[in-house]
Amino acid sequence: MDRMAGWQRALLYVGMALFLLFCLLPFIEMFFASLRPLEHLFRAPYQFWSDDFSLAAYSQMWETVPRLGRYIFNSVLLATATTITALAFIIPATYAYARFQFRGKALSLGAFLSVNMFAGAVLLIPLYKLLRTFGLLNTYFAMIVPGAAFLIPTGIWLLKSYLERIPVELEEAAWVDGASRLYTLRRVILPLAVPGLIVISVATFIGAYAQQFLFAVTFNQNRDYMPLPAGIYEFVGYQTVIWNELMAASLVGILPVMAVFFLLQRYLIEGLTAGAVKH
Amino acid sequence: MSALSKLHRNASRFAWLLIMPAALYMCLIVAWPLLETIRLSFTNAALGGEEYIGVENYAKLAGSGKFHDIVLRTFYWMFLSVTLKIILGLAGATLLNSKLRGGGIYRVLVMPPWVVPIAIGCIGWLWLYQGHFGLIAGVLQRVGILDGPFEFLAYRNSAFYSAVITDVWIGTPFVTIYFLAVIQAVPRELHEAAYLDGASRWYRFRRVTIPYIMPAIVAMSLLSIIWTFNSFEIIWILTEGGPRGGTTTLIIDTYKRAIANFKFGQGAARATIIVLLLTAFSLLYLGTMARINRRYAH
Repeated sequence: MDRMAGWQRALLYVGMALFLLFCLLPFIEMFFASLRPLEHLFRAPYQFWSDDFSLAAYSQMWETVPRLGRYIFNSVLLATATTITALAFIIPATYAYARFQFRGKALSLGAFLSVNMFAGAVLLIPLYKLLRTFGLLNTYFAMIVPGAAFLIPTGIWLLKSYLERIPVELEEAAWVDGASRLYTLRRVILPLAVPGLIVISVATFIGAYAQQFLFAVTFNQNRDYMPLPAGIYEFVGYQTVIWNELMAASLVGILPVMAVFFLLQRYLIEGLTAGAVKH
Repeated sequence: MSALSKLHRNASRFAWLLIMPAALYMCLIVAWPLLETIRLSFTNAALGGEEYIGVENYAKLAGSGKFHDIVLRTFYWMFLSVTLKIILGLAGATLLNSKLRGGGIYRVLVMPPWVVPIAIGCIGWLWLYQGHFGLIAGVLQRVGILDGPFEFLAYRNSAFYSAVITDVWIGTPFVTIYFLAVIQAVPRELHEAAYLDGASRWYRFRRVTIPYIMPAIVAMSLLSIIWTFNSFEIIWILTEGGPRGGTTTLIIDTYKRAIANFKFGQGAARATIIVLLLTAFSLLYLGTMARINRRYAH
């Protein structure tokens, strides 16, 4: 087909550069702010470059907020536990939707997906009562239990298209050979579904990491259980905001989720878009 | 084969057995709280206790000019943010699809706003919007648009548009990647046929790509409407709904009433109105999708 003129290609590169700048600007600026001594952050007019960059904030922040390490640990722990909980509900339910025809299928699937409409913020009062009744307030479970629930519908939707692609003949063969249904699910289907399971695990993990603010500040008062996105505001709570350390702590705190993303992004991006394309 | 027919005959019970744990979990964490919210909306529940008061909460809201403003602001917020996300998402997907040198790295670099916890991304924006020492005010002063420091989050209008920009920033990556997948699924033959007929690149984008991906654009717009309507953390962290209510959307107002002021009944009435509106959007979504799938069946 037609080739682009040089200036057209150049224009595309400029467009891409602007688009990436928009996406990455906050991170770039957070990084530069984390390198500046606090008194030089408060310097007007704004300077793009200063000759006093240092990594001091990255060592000082652990003393300013002694629980910082704990917050990061909590974030990883909560996201992992929430992901495992959600998967335990997602996998069997999705298998049923991908494989069987049964009464109430479309209706119940629609009910699951409609949960996506509701933000946790709308249901906070009854959720608070519920967690109090079960004695879960101010525990890790206060964040895991509601957190996992809101990730289940999207997980079912994402995994369904993967399971549907596994040939049904494999199950029929296992069944004819005398394997039980659960054995077939465990030993035939799940191994074949590994790529799909990676995608929903990563997507659920990212979702679980991202949502750690609202439930944490509403259902948990115990600082020992706080995840990073809630705990990090301790840098703001003091007399002045310690911006450079706040930025350093933010960047260090997102390393776990960024590492998971970069390692598995190939699967993730293809998986997230699988639903968009008809097969 | 009797074994196979048995496989399919007992499927219904087995299927429900597999779904039951998830279904019960959703009933407990979503369905019951939803019903309880609706019940509370007819009471004056607060810290002291609760009493049935009929539709008083709703009557008050119907007569409150302040509440009307909040509803209007919420729709404006939604319209602006969704429009920008769709336009930027289409532009981004087109750029990602144009085979620039560097390959897949661009796709990866677009995603961080979606990967990073919202509360952390907002910290970066808080600093960018800082009036004396932030980058945006700094650059605008250098190029002479501003003649002094400007606190973007301190004035009603600038705070509102700042929150929109941050919301767009967080929502755009997902929209972009979704549109990229859809654009890549446009059959090559369509483009080649149009090219042989002498159609320009822009003409092909408008008359081949856009019509082909129209169902996806509509689907993403409607999903995006639901997510943007529910967007809570961004506004809460940037402005807590202020200054002077300038960024208070329905969801922020609900949270303030119920959680910050302990007026559970009044909060529940607002929550119920949100649920009704979202149900309407979802029905619109399902109806529109059904119509579009019939019209653009390909």
